[in-house]
Amino acid sequence: MASNPDEKIQGGLLGWVDARFPLSQMWNDHLAKYYAPKNFNFWYFFGSLALLVLVIQIVSGIFLTMFYKPDAELAFASVEYIMRDVEWGWLIRYMHSTGASMFFVVVYLHMFRALLYGSYKKPRELIWIFGVLIYLVLMAEAFAGYLLPWGQMSYWGAQVIVNLFQTIPYIGPDLVTWIRGDFLLSDATLNRFFALHVIALPLVLILLVVAHIIALHEVGSNNPDGVEIKKNKDENGIPKDGIPFHPYYSVKDLVGVGVFLIVFAAVMFFFPTGGGLFLKPDNMIPADPLVTPDLIPPVWYFTSMYSVLRSVPDPFLGVLAMGAAVVMLFFIPWLDRNPVLSMRYRSFAARFNLAVFVVAFVVLGWLGLQQATTEVSEMSLRFSTLYFAFFFLLWFLSKERSAGFSLIAFGVVVAIYTFYDVVRFDPSDASLIMWSWLLPTAHLFVTMVVPVFARGLGRDRAVPERVTS
Amino acid sequence: MANQGVNRGRRRFLVAATSVVGGAGVVAAVTPFLASLQPSARAQAAGAPVEVDISQIEPGQRISVEWRGQPIWVVRRTDEMLEGLSKITDRLRDPESEAEQQPEYAQNEHRSIDPEILVVIGICTHLGCSPSYRPEIGDPGMGADWQGGWLCGCHGSRFDMAGRVYRNMPAALNLEIPPHHYITDDLLLVGEHEDGGTV
Repeated sequence: MASNPDEKIQGGLLGWVDARFPLSQMWNDHLAKYYAPKNFNFWYFFGSLALLVLVIQIVSGIFLTMFYKPDAELAFASVEYIMRDVEWGWLIRYMHSTGASMFFVVVYLHMFRALLYGSYKKPRELIWIFGVLIYLVLMAEAFAGYLLPWGQMSYWGAQVIVNLFQTIPYIGPDLVTWIRGDFLLSDATLNRFFALHVIALPLVLILLVVAHIIALHEVGSNNPDGVEIKKNKDENGIPKDGIPFHPYYSVKDLVGVGVFLIVFAAVMFFFPTGGGLFLKPDNMIPADPLVTPDLIPPVWYFTSMYSVLRSVPDPFLGVLAMGAAVVMLFFIPWLDRNPVLSMRYRSFAARFNLAVFVVAFVVLGWLGLQQATTEVSEMSLRFSTLYFAFFFLLWFLSKERSAGFSLIAFGVVVAIYTFYDVVRFDPSDASLIMWSWLLPTAHLFVTMVVPVFARGLGRDRAVPERVTS
Repeated sequence: MANQGVNRGRRRFLVAATSVVGGAGVVAAVTPFLASLQPSARAQAAGAPVEVDISQIEPGQRISVEWRGQPIWVVRRTDEMLEGLSKITDRLRDPESEAEQQPEYAQNEHRSIDPEILVVIGICTHLGCSPSYRPEIGDPGMGADWQGGWLCGCHGSRFDMAGRVYRNMPAALNLEIPPHHYITDDLLLVGEHEDGGTV
């Protein structure tokens, strides 16, 4: 039998392995011959950094499990034990808690990159969907993990979040009892959250990350210009604007890793509590079911969604609004039908929309940390409106709209929330309601009405044939 | 040989029948796992009524006891507090306590058996935080017309001295009144109606 020519070239151990397992092929498909656009910039660090943080969390988490006790009587003390008595235990725990916050920092920046350069658009919709699923599982993972130290914040934070399900009509109360495994948040809850945190959710997370990367490598990476590099290939079928991921981007990413680890170490060694944002002082008090802390803000990475929840007076509708704030992300690839991917070539109105979305997300996050006063609730409502307006405007700005359509759509949207303002109008807050009404209205005016009169502001620019720089 | 002589109808039936049986097996296999997450027999047993001695409670004072892991507040209301209850009726969401958040014997303005003594579950009906006690009439942080009550630090819900919720608050229901009755004038049993019922 004629031997396979490949086998002659690659002898030795690698050849032996390759005949039994596609090692070289995988190496080539995903690294050495995976051609990524040559114009990646700063924003493209965060995908690989997210992977790095995942590894940090898994490694530090494994070691924490060796000392932690998932028992309501012992949990708090076992964390103290890790901090005080276990050799280097403080470092491992701070690594894990810093990693949790850093995970969200990196993931939020990674998601912003996708919005900035249209990385969710055809043919990358599934990458985006897997990504949002990762974000969801990550939230569940962080939430379950936060209960484990069994401090006051752990306990009451979990109490609030678990009780969200209580607002579901009919099945709510039974569902909550089922989730808790008791009539109150107790040892049973702690035990199952531990199981979810260390086994179930990490497994799902890893599977989703693999799916995310497989989907990415199937269709190829987007880039800051939003130009499809596969349209311009040389005679060997290699994209002219592509460079092999390894060594070019593996080395570039290592620089990112270096800078990131400096920041990470700085937080871990010098600001492990992040000024109360990463670890809260109240969580140094053991959980007490009879005493609620005065203020129970969630950890910073949940506060934006939490503000959306608080902005709606009705409990169930509030939960639906919060759910919608996350679920809307899934629809982005189909809401935004504009063929131009990158914000570099999108209109002023589209860029303004994205900028306001980022501002709304950050402000909602800040509001979620505050005590619920009238002003805070009102601002939460206005910035939630801006948050949801983003999705509507993604669709609205999919193409240039006629003057009539723009004005009518503007009128309808403004009428919807103005109607709600009239319904809930309270004379004692009149001036607050009235001036804050200007916030969403001004935003919609700039993005929907102004382009009618200044067409240039609503027009996308020509996308180049090849990537720039 | 390929597909010659294949009885497609029979094949479809067999595939469907196997899937149904297999599906039933999956449901049967999942049941014990999902059911295991429900409160265990031990958790269900831990819910006995608790006795509270109210003789030492000063007027205006609130004490907390634990019943089924929940804080139960017992408050001896002052005359001013009781008078305040009727001053704010128009600002309450359910002043007549029409929603079933209390046993029948507590469905009155003061939401209690003895007008002076309020017995209430100290858990906000919004998302389960325990509101903080603000008994001072005209508390500067709560507004000049504040008649005493509770403020939930989590989402800002306000309750009056009978645990009734104010309008336009995240919480939609009055605080829940647990089953309770008096064994003697000074001894209260929380967790059981006078007839021995617990629900």
